[in-house]
Amino acid sequence: MKFMKTIAEINEKIKLGKAVIVTGEEVIDIVREKGVKRAAQEIDVVTTGTFGPMCSSGMYFNLGHTKPRMKLGGGRTTLNDVPAYTGLAAVDLFLGATAMPDDDPRNRNYPGEFNYGGGHVIEELVAGKDIRVESTAYGTDCYPRKKLSTYINIKDLNECVLFNIRNSYQNYNVAINASDKTIYTYMGVLKPRIGNANFCSAGQLSPLLKDPLYRTIGIGTKIFLGGGIGYVAWPGTQFNPGVPRTDKGVPRSGAGTLAVIGDLKQMNSRWLVGTSMLGYGTTMSIGIGIPIPILSEEVMINAAVPDAEMFATIIDYSDDYPNMKPVNYGEVSYAALKSGKITIKGKEVPTGSLSSYSRAQEIAGTLKEWIKAGKFELTQPVASLPGPDSGVKFRPLNERPIEA
Amino acid sequence: MAVSKRIVLHFPKRVTDRPLIYHLVKDYDLEFNILKASVNPDQEGLLVIELTGMREEYDRGIKFLIDAGVQIQSLSQDVTRNEERCTNCGNCLTLCPSHCFEVTDASRKVQFHTEKCVACGICIKACPPRAMEVHF
Ligand code: SF4
Ligand code: SF4
Repeated sequence: MKFMKTIAEINEKIKLGKAVIVTGEEVIDIVREKGVKRAAQEIDVVTTGTFGPMCSSGMYFNLGHTKPRMKLGGGRTTLNDVPAYTGLAAVDLFLGATAMPDDDPRNRNYPGEFNYGGGHVIEELVAGKDIRVESTAYGTDCYPRKKLSTYINIKDLNECVLFNIRNSYQNYNVAINASDKTIYTYMGVLKPRIGNANFCSAGQLSPLLKDPLYRTIGIGTKIFLGGGIGYVAWPGTQFNPGVPRTDKGVPRSGAGTLAVIGDLKQMNSRWLVGTSMLGYGTTMSIGIGIPIPILSEEVMINAAVPDAEMFATIIDYSDDYPNMKPVNYGEVSYAALKSGKITIKGKEVPTGSLSSYSRAQEIAGTLKEWIKAGKFELTQPVASLPGPDSGVKFRPLNERPIEA
Repeated sequence: MAVSKRIVLHFPKRVTDRPLIYHLVKDYDLEFNILKASVNPDQEGLLVIELTGMREEYDRGIKFLIDAGVQIQSLSQDVTRNEERCTNCGNCLTLCPSHCFEVTDASRKVQFHTEKCVACGICIKACPPRAMEVHF
């Protein structure tokens, strides 16, 4: 790869107010008109965005010590009745987006509604609402207290950090239901006999689809996260770069993911929304945006790939997905998905989505404004994400049953 | 905004002996007009009323009845969208039997055509951020 610019040079231009920044959508026509070479010379940054349910998300925070001291670690703590993870030190807690109150009926009244969970607690906390904390602990000589019942507010907490171990999937399945009855999945309500098809990606605005070979996005990259600033912390879980790709390197199914981190106190509840999937569970919809520095023509080519050249795999969620059958119903482009209907086995099927494209546009636009205003500079990753040839693979569980 | 609606109330046996309607008038400042009533002390009670009051009080009064265990069936119910809560995700697009939701431009903002709504209720629980609301 021949480099034309460095991140340091782009940051200099940003400081001088001379950087040229466009969104992942605007760049498509520019490259079509001017060609890759000229566009790569002229454009410094392409901004991306995505907004959708991202389950492997959560927050950790430090409550501050009670008087007398209490060791919440190893005890039991709930936040607005949603259990938090207490297997940490005395007053550090972790709350996952999919946690739900013990008395939620789950799917006992099928399909369960899942109206409130960890994602909703995080949304309310970020919005500045008081959260009810109830804790019990076993008591020690140095931490004698056993019971706590208090309100907390984000402004009074010590550290309060969003830490999501898998976000921003590089691509995702299109979900259908080939059975004879309605099913309720994390991909939404799927109507029988392939009655609808749901997708979940911003396509041509999605961060990792615009830098499909991880040439600029890496560990340490500064990003838009939940309305504030965050960082890529690590490759996300289930990172699977070795999947089939188009000739431009765009994965044809789920591939890379990101673990991201950021200070919740500067985030905004518009971009962290408690979400309920009927019959499935609770989660949180999250807004993420990543700037792509145009360092070379190769980076430019990828950043300009449109929906029509990005493909997703159609998977049946009634049988094939739950039973891990390695089969599919073919591929479809994001342009087709966004047209409102696709054709599966000769049948016209209406499409719905879980990822909000208008919010993705808003994120890419916001990031563009931040950079233009000199409020957001680009970062050089400190380490790369594993590429398609790294040998990194997402494996199923090798189950070894334990004899009774 | 004032509302006036006709609703059917089903009282399960265990709630027929509580003065619920009295509370509706006293605590929520609602007016009512009984159109039909049949409350048999041993069975489920049924009441068809026209209920009038301010929207907010009306919604709170209805919630009070639901919390008390009364089942409510509406003869004219409204489904509205909480615009602040709607993320324009597009999950409702294929679910509405009356095709109330539509995407018309490249921004994929989801339009809600309220005039086509038949109040079937399908979108209420299927909307991930719970932006669709039903008012009895
Ligand atoms: S499913 Fe709900 S949030 Fe999504 S577009 Fe429809 S009304 Fe809006
Ligand atoms: S209540 Fe039924 S008809 Fe009305 S918008 Fe929702 S799904 Fe459509």
